[in-house]
Amino acid sequence: MPPDATRNLLDKVWDAHAVRELPSGQTQLFIGLHLIHEVTSPQAFAMLREMELPVRFPERTFATVDHIIPTRSQKRPLADELAEQMLQALERNTADSGITFFGPSSGHQGVVHVIGPELGLTQPGMTIACGDSHTSTHGAFGSMAFGIGTSQVRDVLATQCLAMARPRVRRIDVTGKLAGGVYAKDVILAIIRQLGVEGGVGFAYEYAGPVIDAMTIEERLTVCNMSIEGGARCGYVNPDAVTVDYLRGRPYSPRGAAFDRAAKYWLSLASGPAASYDDRVELDGNALAPSVTWGINPGQSVGVDERLPVPSAVPDGERAALEEAYAFMQLEPGTPIAGTKVDVTFIGSCTNGRISDLREAARVARTGKVASGVKALVVPGSQEVAKQAEEEGLDEVFRAAGFEWRKPGCSMCLAMNPDKLVGPQICASSSNRNFKGRQGSPTGRTLLMSPAMVAAAALAGAVTDVREVL
Amino acid sequence: MEKIERVIGTGCVLRGDNIDTDRIIPARYLRCISFDGLGENAFEDDRIQAKGDHPLDDQRFDGASLLIVDHNFGSGSSREHAPQALMRRGFRAFVGGSFAEIFAGNCTSLGLPCVTLGDAERARLMDDVNLDPTQELVLDLEARTLSSRRGTVSVEIPDGMRQTLLGGSWNATAVLLEAGKDIERTASELPYMSGFAE
Repeated sequence: MPPDATRNLLDKVWDAHAVRELPSGQTQLFIGLHLIHEVTSPQAFAMLREMELPVRFPERTFATVDHIIPTRSQKRPLADELAEQMLQALERNTADSGITFFGPSSGHQGVVHVIGPELGLTQPGMTIACGDSHTSTHGAFGSMAFGIGTSQVRDVLATQCLAMARPRVRRIDVTGKLAGGVYAKDVILAIIRQLGVEGGVGFAYEYAGPVIDAMTIEERLTVCNMSIEGGARCGYVNPDAVTVDYLRGRPYSPRGAAFDRAAKYWLSLASGPAASYDDRVELDGNALAPSVTWGINPGQSVGVDERLPVPSAVPDGERAALEEAYAFMQLEPGTPIAGTKVDVTFIGSCTNGRISDLREAARVARTGKVASGVKALVVPGSQEVAKQAEEEGLDEVFRAAGFEWRKPGCSMCLAMNPDKLVGPQICASSSNRNFKGRQGSPTGRTLLMSPAMVAAAALAGAVTDVREVL
Repeated sequence: MEKIERVIGTGCVLRGDNIDTDRIIPARYLRCISFDGLGENAFEDDRIQAKGDHPLDDQRFDGASLLIVDHNFGSGSSREHAPQALMRRGFRAFVGGSFAEIFAGNCTSLGLPCVTLGDAERARLMDDVNLDPTQELVLDLEARTLSSRRGTVSVEIPDGMRQTLLGGSWNATAVLLEAGKDIERTASELPYMSGFAE
């Protein structure tokens, strides 16, 4: 058997990027693509200046502004002085270091994990790092993508390397076929529900099986995006024809004969047929329903046709977590999740702010009007996504139904810009975290679901099974 | 760089699984270009909701160096602002059931060990420190032990992190730079670095 047949993708990519073994036993790993944004990079540049070090590979780092950018008016100076200060620091740091910056006037600005793929920067077999936990998104291409902290952003700027321990690999096969109205978001929420929010600690997740094979790149991005919510260090899907087709003709993709060579290389990185894994798990895709989180971590979800769990019916070890979640969420144990009233709906984020997400949500939006009293936001993931959606008339579909069509950014996923919940509002959200206070109000409550489910909740004013709408 | 061999001090008990970094430092405090002053806002929303009944507002735990937590502490966002805020409040080590990996990595970069111990031992330690917050705790990374008034228990920490702290190489930049031209050599062997040129 050729040696490649027994190696998984992580082994191949890791070994190709290993510079050396460090005295600590960790690996010094070369990072092929570094993405930065305004929140976690300014301190890293300050540390670099203090150490009097240059950026070692400025052509391998790309920047954009996403977390703090307002979604109504992006006119400079930004209304929030602190946000303006952060944007200026990024402009200055990138200009001084020779780093490409996709700012608001570039036509390419957007959520960092949306623009990397759409520009063709993200490619199979790369190691990728970004000072943002959702960097795991880029694994959809068969790259190894790590969220890092600011000190590590400094490390990458100064050396294009990270000191890392090799993760173990858990293969997750999703079998069968998804029913209509069941999306990639429902798959990853089901995986996290099954394996838990810390089940992935120490692991990279390899997503595979018929359901993953049948997914588009955008769907795979959604799955890999929330690997971090399952506690995994990163997540990936093996490159295949879908991956190669997506990359053809992107601004930073190779061209002509170089593309053909690239495609051959990319496909050679996929885990071999006899690859070994540290763990294997299977999930039945046929059995999945649209998922909705009801609690304060992404593992606390139910199918839209289920009732909320009852604390007295769960094992002792799990009861405290349920009780804490109910105390915060103010929902009734044992009641159906469907019918839960919502005040705000948010479609967007690095999880579900791409064009396919907006198309699915618009399909639902065409069927009615936003319920009275519901504030409904649609925030495209990037300027490219916004442009494409506007060319297809999706912005008009949303506006006609009573949704607000905003400018691109992270927006209400983490509410660092003016888009925030108020008081104990409940938000149906296509984002990735339902943590206490995540959407900008310390008492605000988040129900995570697919973009189509969010659109259905906006129209009904309550959690609704999108399968009954489509 | 300073070798982190031992952390000695009193403890603070913070119970609850899955305490995420949004709770440790709410996102609105990430609107800054320096980490200075973040200690003030650590756990701000939790503390407001606890109306003074939060461990960080409990005077008995004032001056604590070791934060004792439950499972999956520091999950969620990669924001280094979280350990920076806790470090600025005086914490020098974290003892828990388990830690989210990016959080533990960030702590290592700052020279702050994250060590784990079993559920029964952790529950006992929490109760002990809660009853007698003045007792001195000694975290010994070389011996992988934690000593309290009750005695000494074993703790665990991934070996790479432990060696990084013990060796004083937790500010990784200097160590990574030592690879010199091997960095460029590794890069030159990656086909994408040359745009898949022939």
